[in-house]
Amino acid sequence: MKIGVKVMPRKEVLDTQGRAVENTLREHGQKLNQCTVGRYLVLDLPDEEVEAAMSRVRAMAETVLYNPLIETFELERL
Amino acid sequence: MSARKVGVLRFPGTNCDRDVWQAIEMSGGQPEWLWHADLFDPSAYARLILPGGFSYGDYLRSGALAARAKAMQSVREAAERGVPVLGICNGFQILTEAKLLPGALIKNESLRFNDDWVGLRMRNSCRYFASQVASQVASQARSAHVMRLPIAHADGRYYAEDDELKRLEDNGQIWLTYEKNPNGSIADIAGVMNASGNVAALMPHPERAMADWMGGHDGLSFFMHGE
Repeated sequence: MKIGVKVMPRKEVLDTQGRAVENTLREHGQKLNQCTVGRYLVLDLPDEEVEAAMSRVRAMAETVLYNPLIETFELERL
Repeated sequence: MSARKVGVLRFPGTNCDRDVWQAIEMSGGQPEWLWHADLFDPSAYARLILPGGFSYGDYLRSGALAARAKAMQSVREAAERGVPVLGICNGFQILTEAKLLPGALIKNESLRFNDDWVGLRMRNSCRYFASQVASQVASQARSAHVMRLPIAHADGRYYAEDDELKRLEDNGQIWLTYEKNPNGSIADIAGVMNASGNVAALMPHPERAMADWMGGHDGLSFFMHGE
């Protein structure tokens, strides 16, 4: 079973990468309110039960995948 | 345990380890390598140093993977027993990721890798590292005293939430601040300590400022034994 982990910078933390991408897009004439840059991880697990897989990935996120001080995360089944 | 024995942590991608080794020897200490994949005796070293570099290629977040390496369990135990632990640059990032120090280090505001010499002020003295500077300079003058050290980092912007920052201020845990902020660090912070003062870290590289021919010798005091 594959679970996607979306890690995004918290709103309070200045997202410098997002701003840089935003500026480049604007320079190319694109209209946008904001761009935020995060990361996406895909975990392939042997679990068959969605609930079990989700709770294991949540534990993995707490262990290393995100830093709660500066990031948030969301899970989705793929 | 020899009072001069200093453990130097090595992770894949650590690259300031030889410089730190030499800085310790120049200061009369006895350096010893500590490998990331091995536990070590937390009572065997007078001090521990986590050098700079790009551990694990800065993958995921700077210092994130190194902070979860096996050797860090021993570092944590040593820190809890009061062994002085110094983190330099990537070592600082590793110590925050391991939650042995508060806050986080994120991408420089400029998005650029910053390679320069900076002026630093000592806001609060650390008992174990660069304490000679603190004792030479009277406490009123300490914040006016400027030392110069090189910086070389892309993820050096210190970040802490407002209430955490206030706690750092109130507890005197802000160790060093930049004279002129090079990376957007909150409150110009270049180095912090833990609440008990035995774990300290800074983004600048004292091991690169050990003699005048290197551009300055303000780094010497970080490797000399304070007590």
